[in-house]
Amino acid sequence: MNKPSFASEKSAFEIFLDFALYIILALMIIVVIVIEPSFLSMDNMWKILAQASTRGILALGVAGMIVLAGTDLSAGRILGCGAAISASLLQSVTYASRMYKGITEPLPLWIPLVLSIIVCVAFCLLNGFGVAKLHMHAFIISLGTQLIAYGALCLYIDSQEGGAQPLATLDDRYLNLVNGKVFGVVPNLVIFLAICAIVMWFVWNKTTLGKNMFAIGGNPEAAAVSGVNVAKNIMLIYLVAGILYGIAAFLEAGRIQSVTTQTGTNYDLDAISGCVIGGVSFSGGVGTIPGVLIGVIILQVINYSLYYLGVNAYLQYIIKGLIIILAVAIDVRKYIAKK
Amino acid sequence: MDENKYVLEMTDIEKQFPGVKALDHAMLKLRPGTVHALMGENGAGKSTLMKCLFGIYKADGGTILIDGKETNFTGPKNALDNGVAMVHQELNQVLKRSVMENIWLGRFPKKYGLISHKQMYDETKKVFDELDIPVNPKMIIGKLSVSQRQMVEIAKAVSYNAKILVLDEPTSSLTQEEVEHLFVIINKLRARGVAMVYISHKMEEILRISDEVTIMRDGKWIATEDAKDLTTDKIIQLMVGRELTDRFPPKTNVPGEVVLEVNHLTGKYMPSCIDVSFQLRKGEILGVAGLVGSRRTEILETIFGIAHHESGEIIKDGKKVNNRSSRDAIKNGFAMLTEERRATGIFGGMSINFNSVIANLKGYKKAFWLSSKKMKEDTQWVIDSMRVKTPTQKTHIKTLSGGNQQKVILGRWLLTKPDILLLDEPTRGIDVGAKYEIYQLIIDLANEGKSVIVVSSEMPELLGICDRIMVMSNGHLSGILDIEDATQEEIMRLAAQYV
Repeated sequence: MNKPSFASEKSAFEIFLDFALYIILALMIIVVIVIEPSFLSMDNMWKILAQASTRGILALGVAGMIVLAGTDLSAGRILGCGAAISASLLQSVTYASRMYKGITEPLPLWIPLVLSIIVCVAFCLLNGFGVAKLHMHAFIISLGTQLIAYGALCLYIDSQEGGAQPLATLDDRYLNLVNGKVFGVVPNLVIFLAICAIVMWFVWNKTTLGKNMFAIGGNPEAAAVSGVNVAKNIMLIYLVAGILYGIAAFLEAGRIQSVTTQTGTNYDLDAISGCVIGGVSFSGGVGTIPGVLIGVIILQVINYSLYYLGVNAYLQYIIKGLIIILAVAIDVRKYIAKK
Repeated sequence: MDENKYVLEMTDIEKQFPGVKALDHAMLKLRPGTVHALMGENGAGKSTLMKCLFGIYKADGGTILIDGKETNFTGPKNALDNGVAMVHQELNQVLKRSVMENIWLGRFPKKYGLISHKQMYDETKKVFDELDIPVNPKMIIGKLSVSQRQMVEIAKAVSYNAKILVLDEPTSSLTQEEVEHLFVIINKLRARGVAMVYISHKMEEILRISDEVTIMRDGKWIATEDAKDLTTDKIIQLMVGRELTDRFPPKTNVPGEVVLEVNHLTGKYMPSCIDVSFQLRKGEILGVAGLVGSRRTEILETIFGIAHHESGEIIKDGKKVNNRSSRDAIKNGFAMLTEERRATGIFGGMSINFNSVIANLKGYKKAFWLSSKKMKEDTQWVIDSMRVKTPTQKTHIKTLSGGNQQKVILGRWLLTKPDILLLDEPTRGIDVGAKYEIYQLIIDLANEGKSVIVVSSEMPELLGICDRIMVMSNGHLSGILDIEDATQEEIMRLAAQYV
């Protein structure tokens, strides 16, 4: 018999690759601090995390679809719809040009949250149905859904008495819930992100659904032979994503405090970039929750620090693009078969 | 011809990978106009040696002489340009393009800077005619059979005027008839003075087609002998480095009462099985023989519910079962090992642990989550009882050898506690030593009272481990032979009955 050939020792370069994302994140922060020492403050760090929170929750949903070897181009527009529902139902009851003049007593906060989730889940199940039952590529079905969601959002916002005006002047309880801080330090948004991430880590690593998701993403044929109900599990992953979108939408409306037809634009691309930077492979079957979080945070650090350093807004796009390409180029080295 | 003249001399080739010496003074000397078989178990270093020749790997030591000149290719393209070509076991072709475009890819004949399709067609046709390959150069390559695609690949090498041609497991998916055609082509090339390296596990073929045989073991050169001086047993002995008196373990299982009855089973979407009826006993190993395309796999798929059936019934333990999906089948006590291990068996990028438990997740459910402890215990059971060689449970399955991967998948199915195992080509692409272990596992399972159906293209394997062999021919069941009456000739006769 041949000797077992197990490559166990890792070279320094391989170890570097394993931690590349964290090193990139650290380097970016150090560079910014060197240029502008005032960047280094707890306040800024919490601010970055809070800004990353809603997109992070969105990305947690998108990541599941990417692990299934799909994607979701409609996440941003779906979030827009959920945000519009949440904001319209939670406008201050004393605000004269609120959307629902019939609401004179403040609604319990959970009602808009649940409605937001229902709307987002409905759109996600449409995507899921396309992928699981109609066997469309997620790119195509979500391209269509994205337009439908955008149209629905515009119609909804335009249906106000005064025409298409931003949904603003929101209820104080809502704003406090979203923008408050625990002990005056940790933003509630960060707490919400952390809770969603922990729950999702659990779903991905400790449940049948999670195992099945990796199986379907890694080898759908083998999954089917192994008795995995492929269509049902795909639908469930989309359902979970819908719930996360609904939560993200509810929080985002409260965070930006004014919902328009443009709310959510390009959030899907940010979420996808975050996932990809975080090592979720587009070829399916590979990804981790901590990776997604790091990816989203890296993206937000880029955003915030470029803004903080006062870099020209157009130049910001170019730098952001380059950093995304660089980060992913380094990260994929890990998976390239060495010869 | 000068007897001592070699077209290729690889001497003292060494290659070190982290943790293992893949090649240790490996040697291969090739004469023009001969077929040189390169043999050894999986992991013996055959493909590593070839990769060093083609410059895919860089050897750590040793010399490669081609026509007496030291050569170090930078890659397959560089080798091809210098007349050294390889036909891979898994053909890398642009499936949606035509045959001739595949042959001329990277060096399209041009006229006034534009591609000349006429010249491309004419030259392709010329090579095809010379080699007697009945393929239209304008066909889309994906529509050809595997054997035709392989011939196209050989023709491509010829069009490069290759003087050295490496054939890696060329017959692994060919029918007997196709193998004969391939041999005709190989003989033509031999007559033209092409030197061929023939990598295969099939002893009978090697003894028939090759002039010389080089045997490798553990990355080392073991022997080079004239094929006419060798026998199957001698080769195996050299390959495994020990006397292998029997290729098959002793048969100890005793079939009991009938547990499965398949009556008039016909698949819904043709090609599939047509009106197939048979019975399976407890503790019995039933072989399924037939040519490629005789729809042996389809029988298993239809029983297992991953292919729909049009009519017929399956009765297990006296009760009618209806497997409409693999989930139903698993629930009803069936398990299926698929033919294409990589495509439909393993989850390559996932751990041994994941690969072991994935078909049995129900067994680990606690409230909302899965019990990691139980999954680890079961994975350890798979590793121990199947004798899987792996450093840890977390090792990615794709880094294991084919035999060990197969053992993990067999273990995966045993965790679901099946009564009936459907095994489709359980030893494909597995080396001799590991094959023996798989045979032993199958017989052990039968001893435990499980019933096994084995589909295999290797007749000696079926004759070695089965109690009965049913022969398929073009979707029909053409006969069931008791092992005492079964011979290769009888099986071939039945296999050709409906063709």
